[in-house]
Amino acid sequence: MTGNAHSTAVSAPSHQGWHAWLTAEVTTSPRQASFQRMYFGWLRFLRNPLAVIGLVILVALLLVAILAPWLAQYEVNEQNLTTRLQPPSGDHWLGTDELGRDIYSRLVYGSRITLYIACLVAVIAAPLGLIIGTTAGYFGGWTDTVLMRITDVFLSFPGLVLALAFVAALGPGIENAVIAIALTAWPPIARLARAETLTIRSSDYIAATRIQGASSVRIIVKHVVPMCMPSVIVRITLNMAGIILTAAGLGFLGLGAQPPMPEWGAMLSTGRQYMIGSWWLAAMPGLAILLTSLAFNLFGDGLRDVLDPRTE
Amino acid sequence: MVAAAEAPLLTVEDLSIRFLTPHRIVEAVRGVSFTLGREKVGIVGESGSGKSMTGRAILKLTPANAMVEARALRFQELDIMAATERDMLRVRGRRISLILQDPKFSLDPIMRVGDQIAEAIPPDKREGKARTRECVLEMLAAVRIHNPRRVYDLYPHEISGGMGQRVMIAMMLMPEPAMLIADKPTSALDVTVRMQVLAIIDDLVTRRGLGLVFISHDLNLVATFCDRVLIMYAGRIVESCKASELRHARHAYTQGLLASLPRIAERRPRLAVLNRDPAWLTE
Amino acid sequence: MAMIAVEDLSVAFGSGESLVHAVDGVSFQVEAGDTFGLVGESGCGKSTILRALSGLNDHWHGQIIIDGARLEPKRQRSFFKKVQMVFQDPYGSLHPRHTVNTTLMEPIAIHGLDRADQRIAQVLEQVGLGPAFRFRYPHQLSGGQRQRVAIARALILEPKILLLDEPTSALDVSVQAEILNLLADIRSQARLTCILVSHDLAVIAHMCHRLAVMNQGKIYEELTVDDLAGNRPRHSYTRQLLQASLGYDRRLAAAATLADDGLDSGAA
Repeated sequence: MTGNAHSTAVSAPSHQGWHAWLTAEVTTSPRQASFQRMYFGWLRFLRNPLAVIGLVILVALLLVAILAPWLAQYEVNEQNLTTRLQPPSGDHWLGTDELGRDIYSRLVYGSRITLYIACLVAVIAAPLGLIIGTTAGYFGGWTDTVLMRITDVFLSFPGLVLALAFVAALGPGIENAVIAIALTAWPPIARLARAETLTIRSSDYIAATRIQGASSVRIIVKHVVPMCMPSVIVRITLNMAGIILTAAGLGFLGLGAQPPMPEWGAMLSTGRQYMIGSWWLAAMPGLAILLTSLAFNLFGDGLRDVLDPRTE
Repeated sequence: MVAAAEAPLLTVEDLSIRFLTPHRIVEAVRGVSFTLGREKVGIVGESGSGKSMTGRAILKLTPANAMVEARALRFQELDIMAATERDMLRVRGRRISLILQDPKFSLDPIMRVGDQIAEAIPPDKREGKARTRECVLEMLAAVRIHNPRRVYDLYPHEISGGMGQRVMIAMMLMPEPAMLIADKPTSALDVTVRMQVLAIIDDLVTRRGLGLVFISHDLNLVATFCDRVLIMYAGRIVESCKASELRHARHAYTQGLLASLPRIAERRPRLAVLNRDPAWLTE
Repeated sequence: MAMIAVEDLSVAFGSGESLVHAVDGVSFQVEAGDTFGLVGESGCGKSTILRALSGLNDHWHGQIIIDGARLEPKRQRSFFKKVQMVFQDPYGSLHPRHTVNTTLMEPIAIHGLDRADQRIAQVLEQVGLGPAFRFRYPHQLSGGQRQRVAIARALILEPKILLLDEPTSALDVSVQAEILNLLADIRSQARLTCILVSHDLAVIAHMCHRLAVMNQGKIYEELTVDDLAGNRPRHSYTRQLLQASLGYDRRLAAAATLADDGLDSGAA
């Protein structure tokens, strides 16, 4: 998180020195230049309170995932049938489920699974979409037609249905769920990267690089991709909400994380059966999913204002 | 001057425009004063000299973060400084028209050219469909479009840049304004087309007795086209003179600009480079 | 022998009904060390010629000979060490996310040159930008400074031929003077052969030895700058350009409008 690095930097003892270094009109090293760029981006980000709320929630979620063993009151899978279906109380902050497991502790550990899925999907889908999109956009012609028709095929299925089909073929399980979701998440990114590439391709700085004798691969990797990055990052952040919901959906249908893993979607699914008498079984994981998706959306919106090259 | 006999159309006194940025306060315009009668006044300066911002301030079209101050900013009887947004809506495009650099961005791409010009007629001056069409055709002819009936039904992408600019001018003149502000109206056009567009503006200003503020960075053009010239540097007017006397300008900045222009008839191994004197900022 | 010889060069865009001949059978020669001007209005094909010469456009017909070697549409990497180009828009020709240093490192890395640090420092000095500019982003530079960086990028490969596509038309006149002086200095230091494309006759007259006037993809007339300065153009179109470049003339402008009938119907 660049933001954290900077807030500590600014509050360091040599406050004045750091501030001057970061806001200097003349930068004297590549490090200073890029730090300054981040610093001004960070200031712009702070001007959007909703985005800051989103970031705070995400940072909190990250901390919860890291500190899970210390934050959880009980063991994740510790069953106690004598205290099953307890409403929220001092002993069990968010109540207990049908096997007497503490919902709060399970949600805390579940955050790890959610973040694991989100990160893994991003790490697979973003590069895949970027490569396919920029290649199609840069070369045009037949390459473009073939790659984009493949993308269209993937796009024409609803995400969850496609993910279901993949999981059905690969077998249930969290790794397969991640692969399935990633395979549904890259086409929108490829489309976006292609559209960006089409405008970048015809710019003079790409022409100048071609005239220096750069190969197509070099131009795509070193010149086109960095220009597409911001919008792709924004897009994947905004899609994260959908990815989490798809993961939860797969869990809900029993095709994602398998019991007794404390995956939020799976928890919601079991909670559904007890909805009438014990609402907290479904409501608590539902709330966690809602809050996380919302946080990703708010954060993505703020990020767009900072990273969009058109606003610079 | 030319307008001495009658009351000026526009009076600008001590106009200042400031911007707040993260680094500091930028003073875009610092104490600019001039008057405009029924004449062609050119404002020349380099980018960032505040010339365009001055034009915008007259129409209250400065960006939201700009702070505009003036001892007086008057258009005929209207006090622009005190005018509300509603008052300005009755002025912009009706009594003062603005012609911008690139017609392509200013025309609605999905509306026929003729209909766009007709839209520019204020509602209280419209007299039936047939009469409106006739007015538009007359106006198209006035900006020297030779086949107005045909051009009326074209879409903006079907006409050339030069013709687009003439259509813009027709639109701007439809409500019969008293004053025109032209912000680099011809810099996107080719030299030969540029001359035609200027000839049209020239004709209309002379014949209809309009006042024209002509904002440009082209010294040659302003010197030959306008009646009077104001030279702006770093937000101030450093010199004002008759256009015909621009070549004998007194201020070092104006002289420096003129000397830095390459000329066809006189070949020099090197062009004179402008040495900016810090004193120009304050004097 | 001429450094650049272009013979019957044609470039067409589109196909069938919508085929447009951007460049139509153009021939000219530039001697080593000379600067040749291509002047004309937008869309006359002057920039397209540069793009064909530089290898940016490979859909051309005819013959291009540079330094004795006949060019194919596809260029070898070594070609780009010989021919470099400066673009019109200093705001669009530098990668917005690369510092000056990164921009100048790129050609060095592509061609595997040694002494990278030294070369960059030297070329920045040569274009009148000190080492202080090395780690700045384009948005921290003025238009003139950006154009200097673009010139530095072209020079770092030590080319023999420099193609200049309206290098000053986006700049203020005082900055234009600085850049034109810089180009003149570099040209004599490095003994460059240049082709300068511009719509501004005065800039062409200042920089070039000979020039060609282009319109609608064809060269209307080739003449020396002395002919131009002495007001001895043969073609009426050149005369028109010459007059227009001197400023506004009410009488001439009115006359020019009368000759415009064809334009209206043509555009419509």
